[in-house]
Amino acid sequence: MTTAELPIYTKKDFQTDQEIRWCPGCGDYAILSAVQMVFADLKIPKEKLVFISGIGCSSRFPYYMNTFGFHTIHGRAPAVATGVKLVRPDLDVWVATGDGDSLSIGGNHTIHMLRRNVGLKVLMFNNKIYGLTKGQYSPTSEVGKKAKSTPFGSVDRPFNPLSLAIGSEATFVARSVDVFQAHLRETLKKASTHKGSAYVEILQNCNIFNDGAWDTITERDARSEHVVQLEHGKPLIFGKNRDKGIRLVGLELEVVALGNGIAEKDLLIHDEHNPNPVYAFAISRMDTMSGFPTPIGVFRSIENVPQYEDLVNQQIADVQAKKGKGDLAKLLRAGDTWELLA
Amino acid sequence: MLCREIVTEMPTLVDITGRKKETVDRAVIRFCGDSGDGMQITGSQFTNTAALFGNDLATFPDFPAEIRAPAGTLPGVSGFQVHFSSNDVYTPGDAVDVLVAMNPAALKMNVADLKPNGILIVNLDNFEENDLRKAQVKVSPLEDHSLDAYRLFSVELTKLTRAALKGLGLDAKSMDRCKNFFALGMCYWLYNRSMEPTVRYLTDKFKNKPDLVAANTLAMKAGYSYCEATEAFQVSYEIPPAKLEPGTYRNISGNAALALGFVAASQQAGVKLFLGSYPITPASDILHELSMYKDFGVTTFQAEDEIAAITSAIGAAYAGALGITTTSGPGMALKTEALGLAVAVELPLVVCDIQRGGPSTGLPTKTEQADLLQALFGRNSEAPVPVLAPATPGDCFWIALEASRIAIKYMVPVIILSDGYLANGAEPWKIPSIEDLPKIEVKYETNPVGFQPYKRNPDTLARPWAIPGTPGLEHRIGGIEKQDVTGNINYEPLNHEHMVRTRAEKVAGIAQDIPEIVPAGDPSGDLLIVAWGSTNGPITAAMNAQRQKGRKIGHVHLRHLNPFPRNLGEVMKRYKKILVPEMNMGQLVMILRAKFLVDAQSYGKIQGKPFKQSEIEDKIEELLD
Repeated sequence: MTTAELPIYTKKDFQTDQEIRWCPGCGDYAILSAVQMVFADLKIPKEKLVFISGIGCSSRFPYYMNTFGFHTIHGRAPAVATGVKLVRPDLDVWVATGDGDSLSIGGNHTIHMLRRNVGLKVLMFNNKIYGLTKGQYSPTSEVGKKAKSTPFGSVDRPFNPLSLAIGSEATFVARSVDVFQAHLRETLKKASTHKGSAYVEILQNCNIFNDGAWDTITERDARSEHVVQLEHGKPLIFGKNRDKGIRLVGLELEVVALGNGIAEKDLLIHDEHNPNPVYAFAISRMDTMSGFPTPIGVFRSIENVPQYEDLVNQQIADVQAKKGKGDLAKLLRAGDTWELLA
Repeated sequence: MLCREIVTEMPTLVDITGRKKETVDRAVIRFCGDSGDGMQITGSQFTNTAALFGNDLATFPDFPAEIRAPAGTLPGVSGFQVHFSSNDVYTPGDAVDVLVAMNPAALKMNVADLKPNGILIVNLDNFEENDLRKAQVKVSPLEDHSLDAYRLFSVELTKLTRAALKGLGLDAKSMDRCKNFFALGMCYWLYNRSMEPTVRYLTDKFKNKPDLVAANTLAMKAGYSYCEATEAFQVSYEIPPAKLEPGTYRNISGNAALALGFVAASQQAGVKLFLGSYPITPASDILHELSMYKDFGVTTFQAEDEIAAITSAIGAAYAGALGITTTSGPGMALKTEALGLAVAVELPLVVCDIQRGGPSTGLPTKTEQADLLQALFGRNSEAPVPVLAPATPGDCFWIALEASRIAIKYMVPVIILSDGYLANGAEPWKIPSIEDLPKIEVKYETNPVGFQPYKRNPDTLARPWAIPGTPGLEHRIGGIEKQDVTGNINYEPLNHEHMVRTRAEKVAGIAQDIPEIVPAGDPSGDLLIVAWGSTNGPITAAMNAQRQKGRKIGHVHLRHLNPFPRNLGEVMKRYKKILVPEMNMGQLVMILRAKFLVDAQSYGKIQGKPFKQSEIEDKIEELLD
């Protein structure tokens, strides 16, 4: 189909008739709305879009998207989606998952999908809590989290999801926030054109079990002091008056005040295409460091790594080109055979 | 048993050196030694040669789970047994005619299975004090008269092999690696076999290592000549070709047959074959085999774990491929949740469980049939699936086709229960012509008008296979209970009961689509043996022997374990007693008793080894006398 023939979609085309069963006020509504808007602009026929999910509040997502959808089992969406993508590389396959689904029960599939660079777009809704099971701490909950299963506070260290993804050499890693609609749409759009695995962490508020978990980032007054927006080729600057920046000294990042001899040119200039994952890893550590802002935007975007499904199917095509298409009668008779006459 | 009786009746010839050449109708040889001694390859080569000669045969490779246990010790003993004949062969043989033992440990572990007056070839070079100690033997069995009942040939296999290879310039270690081929050469002489097929094999296998081809060929020929020259062996044997059904044959193992069966199924169905698998003994060979068939468009995905293996196959099936996954018991346990998903979303999938001894890691290289109840019931809630079991290595090919046919026609996951014995055992297999293969019809849904993801075919109750990429069919499926027809999430009590019963009815209805069972042996009588899987051989052999003694016995070997053939209940009523031999504690028998209220008797063996013909015969006699 040429571009000219593509149907013109609106957000409405991606809504289903299904009653949405998220709690009123849940951050998922905002994410759904952003995805539907972005999909309307993808220039991809609707039947080529597939949403695959695991288990959890986030994983109900496919039911509300008028595309092909598959709500699978806990943690396994990347593996199911890998099977789909290997068989049908022409499909545009998206995965909806959460911090428990992707980083706890499905942690293994997540890292292997990323190391293989399967062409999947993964939306990981991080609300730092188990919502569907009614409020236990998650692998992204902060130490000391008091939740149903940790009445005296959790003692285990959380994962930083993006550090994990970058450690797996993911080729596209980004972060956005449910309520930053414009930024979210922009980030999703960038993910949509990436060739390979795109891992997008979306900070999402669970207003029932972990309300306000991202307040320092989302509240209008606090936002500018606690968020640094990553833009390719631009210095890392933040603060209400854009008077603070991030500087790299050796292997360490430091927050500096602009002025007094420190100019923008002394700051870290964001390079999302830096092939060395060490750079993206370093900036992914900022939100775990006291006094540092949380980066949002694209951390890493590497385009020249082949997609897994292309390599697998190319190998098949190469063998077929060399050996010709398989002949079943010949295959059955391969090796030593002998004739018995009547 | 047949073998011992007939040996004496056969004509005797004399060869040119004046030594006797006896014609016998069957023989069993077991090669045993350290797992580094190359016993599996030695046995496979003898098997291949016997198959090409036209003998019927069955094999039993028996090896330890340890890749290389300390050399010379009891846990390191590896064996390969081959039974070849001019008549029908159903089992690898209860007792052996020729035992080749490369060291005291192998001798100790295996000599009890050697027939009285049987031929025993030992490597004399490996019976030093140190070797005896590693085998935990105090006095050399070569000297304490414990082997007097056998025809013992103590041969300096190591020294003779080194002498034969002296001129090749190999180091001692490389030369010693060829001593198994010296022993193979001796066996070829003993049974008047051509060495040509093995030379061909070596030439092909070590294309780029001509010194290995030369060394192994030379060692084998030296073994052959040794027998000819030393006159140690006064008799050699001839076993004429078997009278098998006319046709083209090849030798095949169960795992290779499964792999070919799936390639055939994908070709017959005209859909892509996708295997998601995680390596596990004894199933890995299917992954190895299928990974070679890229020219057939086969995609093999070595997943990160057993769960990803099955879920990727489910994804592939969702996308329109024939999705399969291969594993053994522990992996099967990990796949259960995903199997339930496949039941709920009603997608075609074939799961192969190549059973081994358990629980847990159990006996990874030994056979067992103890996953039947797991296959039938091992999922949460009500999740029935069709379960099939091949009866012989060659039957694995046909069972793969049948499982694929059912999976696609009924939109349902199907389990195949093979086992270690079928997987690694080999038999001559009559190669089918393509015209003899079943057609597998695939009809993807394409019409958006009135499309509903759970609108069922009224005959099969299958839902449509509506694959992503089809315009107008955008829909959602999932593990949550759904409304029939629309597939929308639905938690209503009556809908749930309707869906549970419909899914079960769909599977039960397959009974109308599989052949009625026809018992082998007597169509009615005193005893019916009901069994499944790899026990087919010893049961058939035992039944034949007992019927020759005048007993009225039938044998039903179930290839369909869920649903059962529709006349099974009626067939069982025609016999006074029912015996169910299984390599488990009585799993099929439990189902038969529960389903049909019959007084079926269990005969379980859980030793990691197949039944012997004699064991089944003893049980039959116990029940009928």
